[in-house]
Amino acid sequence: MLDGRSQVRRRAGPRLWLSGGWLTALALAAIFASFLSPHDPLAQDLFLGRMPPFWVDSAEPGYFLGTDSLGRDVLSRILYGSRVALTVALIAGTLTCLIGASLGLLAGYLRGWVDVVVSRLIDIWMAFPPVLFSILLIAVLGPGLISIIIAIVVIDWTRFARVVRAEAMAQGAMDYPASAQVAGRTRLSTMLVEILPNVLPTIVALLTLEMGIAVIVEAILSFVNLSISTDDPTWGGMISEGRVSIYQAWWVIVFPLITLFLTVLSFSQLGEGLKDRFDPVLR
Amino acid sequence: MADLYEVENLHLSLPDMTRKPLFGAAPRIEILKGLSFNIPEGEILGIVGGSGSGKSTLGRALVRLLEPTSGAVRFDGDDVTHLSEQALRPMRRRFQMIFQDPMSSMNPRHRVGRIISAPLRLHGVENAREAAREALDHVGLPRSFETRYPHELSGGQRQRVGIARAIALRPDFILADEIVSGLDVSSQAQVLALLERLVRELGLTLAFISHDLSVIRRLCTRIVVLHHGEIVENEPTAELFDNPRAGYTRELLDAIPLPDPDEPWF
Repeated sequence: MLDGRSQVRRRAGPRLWLSGGWLTALALAAIFASFLSPHDPLAQDLFLGRMPPFWVDSAEPGYFLGTDSLGRDVLSRILYGSRVALTVALIAGTLTCLIGASLGLLAGYLRGWVDVVVSRLIDIWMAFPPVLFSILLIAVLGPGLISIIIAIVVIDWTRFARVVRAEAMAQGAMDYPASAQVAGRTRLSTMLVEILPNVLPTIVALLTLEMGIAVIVEAILSFVNLSISTDDPTWGGMISEGRVSIYQAWWVIVFPLITLFLTVLSFSQLGEGLKDRFDPVLR
Repeated sequence: MADLYEVENLHLSLPDMTRKPLFGAAPRIEILKGLSFNIPEGEILGIVGGSGSGKSTLGRALVRLLEPTSGAVRFDGDDVTHLSEQALRPMRRRFQMIFQDPMSSMNPRHRVGRIISAPLRLHGVENAREAAREALDHVGLPRSFETRYPHELSGGQRQRVGIARAIALRPDFILADEIVSGLDVSSQAQVLALLERLVRELGLTLAFISHDLSVIRRLCTRIVVLHHGEIVENEPTAELFDNPRAGYTRELLDAIPLPDPDEPWF
């Protein structure tokens, strides 16, 4: 007699393929931006300002997604902007995950005073309004890629800590950590060998979600001009510039918005898909 | 025969977190109120009692998953009452435990082979993999099960894996905590028969916790009856069934369903 769940075959499905495909394409675009971009993303040409995308009659050949009010190529700027977005997503997401998940795991499994300290810290942290907190942090640290990453890590570690703590607590209440103790396993080893693998799917789902959030936070900070220097193209910066001329040149704001939307959506869908694939019971 | 376990005036209380005040310590509930008994080598001791009687707590104190508040627990002459986890670790291979719910007591991400061999590896047994396979033979499961996950097994098979894990270290003592209460009647009978055989073959001492006296009667040589954290009776099985002294024991005996349905029932 087998448990029926083992016979349910979960397929990767279009969700995993589509989100993974988009992110792979984006990663390639970021790496090879200098080859793929038809134009220099910073080159201005005031005679070619506000050219519409290719399917509109008055489009300028070679400027696929049109140009902004300074005559800069929108496609090239999106491609170069993905470098900043993905760098922030990967580094800030991973660091946030490492710090938050470690604290959450320790608090949830060890309980006692560790839990008291971490939980109070989370409570205090969550009382800060996140966007204002990040703007304040950037103001103190000064703009730049590293500042953005620090700001995201400092604000968002609680997301991991909270969820992983609750999950580790639930796992710790099962009998298998007790049976590991009967077998003579140390607490630290139990946490890493027994508990962590069972919390991992949650961590992976959160990690990709966090990467999406990091992309949004970076866009918000660029939007308010607190990201990296204003010369470098970022999606948030493009949205901010496009906002001014939204009635004359909608494409300047719409294309970076679509890219941003698809990227964040792909990150969260990838997480959900991976979570299912990781679970031996559901697999 | 020598006593493997000597339990003397064992008290155990746990903090009641539901009534914990905002500041200060939670009030403690006394769960075990001064228990004294011995488990001689080779005996199969039944521990019975209703829910909340403290039988699982007593079991967990014996294998030192819980630390007693006061009193003494001696295992093979060594006082293990307040030993630190570190000091206990080398001794742990001598007393093992089978849990009530094998689904909860086995890591769902580990395969059966790893689940059984993990205690062996932790105690530095050479050739843990082969020893785990032998343990599977012992409990009557095919060796091919070592590549399965716990959720791929039936309830009875899973509990056999639980038994295999406990005997793999060749302990002197095994605590079985309500190990058949989650199984259907025919699996129960098979698991009990298996346990009986293993105790004989491996010369184990066993403490068998259950709320079901008919299961205990079949397996155990002596029975301890717990009620509200106190021992109300400690007798050889035959004695207890023929001549129950405590009122609570009589109630438990009366609660055993007997196969004599009356005519109108049909």
